[in-house]
Amino acid sequence: MIELLDIKKAFNQNRPNEYWALHGIDLAVEAGKVTAFRGPSGSGKTTLLTIVGCLSRPTSGRVRFKGEDISALPERFLTDIRRQSFGFVFQQFNLIKGLSALENVILPAFPTGRPRAELVARAGELFERLQLTHRAQAKVEWLSGGEQQRVAIARALINDPEVIIADEPTANLDTALSMEFMAILEGFTAAGKTVLLTSHDPLVVESSAVHRVVGMRDGRLIGD
Amino acid sequence: MNPWLEKQRHLIDFTLASLARRKTRNIGLLVAYTLLVFVLASLTLFSNALRSEAKYVLAGSPEVILQRMVAGRHDLIPPGYLEQIGRIRGVQKKEGRLWGYYYDPVLNANYTFMARPASEVADGMIMVGEALARERGLAKNNTISFRSYSGKLFTFEVAAVLSPDSELLSADLVLLSEDDFRRFFEYPEGHYTDIALSVANPQEVRNVAAKLTAALPDSRPILREEVQRTYQSVFDWREGILLTVLAGAILAFAILAWEKAAGLSAEEKREIGILKAIGWETGDVIRMKIWEGLLISLTAFLGGFLAAYVHVFHFGAAVFEPVLKGWSVLYPKFALVPAVDGLQVATLFFFTVFPYTAAILVPIWRAAITDPDAVMR
Ligand SMILES: Nc1ncnc2c1ncn2[C@@H]1O[C@H](COP(=O)(O)OP(=O)(O)OP(=O)(O)O)[C@@H](O)[C@H]1O
Ligand SMILES: [Mg+2]
Repeated sequence: MIELLDIKKAFNQNRPNEYWALHGIDLAVEAGKVTAFRGPSGSGKTTLLTIVGCLSRPTSGRVRFKGEDISALPERFLTDIRRQSFGFVFQQFNLIKGLSALENVILPAFPTGRPRAELVARAGELFERLQLTHRAQAKVEWLSGGEQQRVAIARALINDPEVIIADEPTANLDTALSMEFMAILEGFTAAGKTVLLTSHDPLVVESSAVHRVVGMRDGRLIGD
Repeated sequence: MNPWLEKQRHLIDFTLASLARRKTRNIGLLVAYTLLVFVLASLTLFSNALRSEAKYVLAGSPEVILQRMVAGRHDLIPPGYLEQIGRIRGVQKKEGRLWGYYYDPVLNANYTFMARPASEVADGMIMVGEALARERGLAKNNTISFRSYSGKLFTFEVAAVLSPDSELLSADLVLLSEDDFRRFFEYPEGHYTDIALSVANPQEVRNVAAKLTAALPDSRPILREEVQRTYQSVFDWREGILLTVLAGAILAFAILAWEKAAGLSAEEKREIGILKAIGWETGDVIRMKIWEGLLISLTAFLGGFLAAYVHVFHFGAAVFEPVLKGWSVLYPKFALVPAVDGLQVATLFFFTVFPYTAAILVPIWRAAITDPDAVMR
C-alpha cells in the first residue's frame, strides 16, 4: 500500500548545520496491518512518519501510495491526500485549546464542506465507540491524558482515513490506558485500516496487536 | 446545501469560536477599532452635515441684506428707507424684514421670531421649527403662550411644524404674522429689522452694494458671497483640525494593525500548524483568517458608524464641542439634519476595513505556507 524507495531527508540542507536524518529508507508497508517503528531517540522515526503522511517531502527518493508516486505532487494535492487518506494521532495530541472535544474532532472535516449535522452524528458514533460521549462538550484542556488521547484518535478517524499514523501514542499514558489503546488498535485492524506507529514502549511493540516491528538507527532501517 | 457554502459556514463557526477563546485580546482590539471608526465616522458625518446645512442656509438667503448702523451698531430701519432706495438696476425684489430674538425661560433658549405676510401666516397663528416643537411638545393645532418683553401674555395656535430640510435654519424659528409680530414686540409701525434684496446677476452684486451705500450712507450691505467666504474659512479651519485628528487616528490604527500583524503568537502559529497537519489547505487557513478579519472589522465598522451617527445627529457631536464653540456663537443651538454621503461612507469603509484585513493577511500567509511537520515534534 505504501512504498518508500531510497528516502533521504536532510534538514537545513546546504547550510553549516545541515543534518541528514534519513539515509536511504526502502520499505513496503502492507495494507490492513499494524506496523511499528522502534529505535532510539533521534533515529528518524518521526521524520519518516511525516514523510509517509505527506506532512513533509523527502529530500530525495520516492513515496508511492496505492501505486501512485506522491512525492512530486503539488501541495494542494498532498493536502487532499492527507485529509482523505491519513489520520494523525500526535505525540503531544495537538488538540486546540479552548474548543470542546466535539469541535476538535470535527475540525479536519471542515474543508470537505460536509454538513455540520452529519459531522456531529459521525463524531457521536466515534465518541460512543471510544467511551467518551459524556465528555463531548467539555473543553479539551479539562480532559485527562487518556481522554485527550481518545479525542485525538476520534479526530484522526472523522474523515474515515485508510491509514492511521500515530507517533508515540502511548508516551503519555499509564499501563491501563496503554492497554486500552492496544484494544483500539485491534479494532482498527478489524475495520481494515492500515496503522503506522512509533514507540519505545515494549508494551506496544511486543503486543499481539502489532503485526510488524521495524527497527531504526541513525536514519537507517535495521532488520525486521 | 452547497458544500462551498457549508465550508464557509464551518470556517465562520471556527473563527467565532477562536475569537471567543481569546476574549480579552479580541475585545480590546474590537474596542480600539470601533473607537477609531467612531472618531473617523463622526468627523466625516459632521463635516458633511455642516456643509449641507450651509448650502441650505445660503440657498435660502437673499443676495444682499441691508442693515442700518447707528454708532456702529445694528439698528432698526426707519420708515421711508425702502422708498429711498428707489429703483436700482439689477435688483429684482426688495423687502423689509421683521425678525428678532425671544428668550424662552421654559427652555432657557432663544427663539428667532420672524414675521411673514398675512397670506402665509394668519393672525393668531404661528409656524414653529422642528426642534422647538420637539422640545416644547408642540403639534399642529396646539396652542402656546409666550409672555412678551412688556409682560403681556400672547396665545398662538400652531398652524404647522416646519419641515426640517435644514434644522440649522429652522430649529428655533417661529413664524408669525406681521401684525402679531409688531404687537408682540411693540415694534414701531413702519420700522423694519433689515432689508433683503434679490439680485439675479452675481456680477451686479457689488455695484448694487455701492449704490446702496451711496443712497443710504448710514447703512451696511451684507453680501451673500461674503457670508459664503466666512463660512468657507470657518470650514477650512475646522477641517484642518479634523484632518489633524484624522491623521492621528489613522496613525494609531496603523500601529494597531501592525501590532496585530507582527504579534502572531506562538500559540496561533502552532494552531495553524495543527490545522494544516489535519488536512486544512493553506487556502483554508487564509480564508478562515479573512473571515476573522472581516468579522472584526465589519463589527467595528458597523458599531463605530452607528455610534457616530447617533453622536452627530442625536447628541450634536458633543465630543467635538470644544472645536465647535466658534460655530455655536454664530448659531445658538441646532441639531444637524441627518445627511449621509454614500461616497464618504465607502471611503471610510475602504480606509478602515481594507487595511486591517490586508495587514493581518501577510503574517498569516507566512505562517500558513510553512510545512506542517513541525507539529509532530
Ligand atoms: N526541523 C529539524 N531541523 C533540524 N534537525 C531536525 C529537525 N527535525 C528533526 N531533526 C533531527 O533529525 C533527527 C531525527 O529526528 P526524529 O524526530 O525523526 O527522531 P525520533 O526517532 O522521532 O526521535 P524520538 O524518539 O526522540 O522522537 C534528530 O537528530 C533531530 O534532531
Ligand atoms: Mg519522535
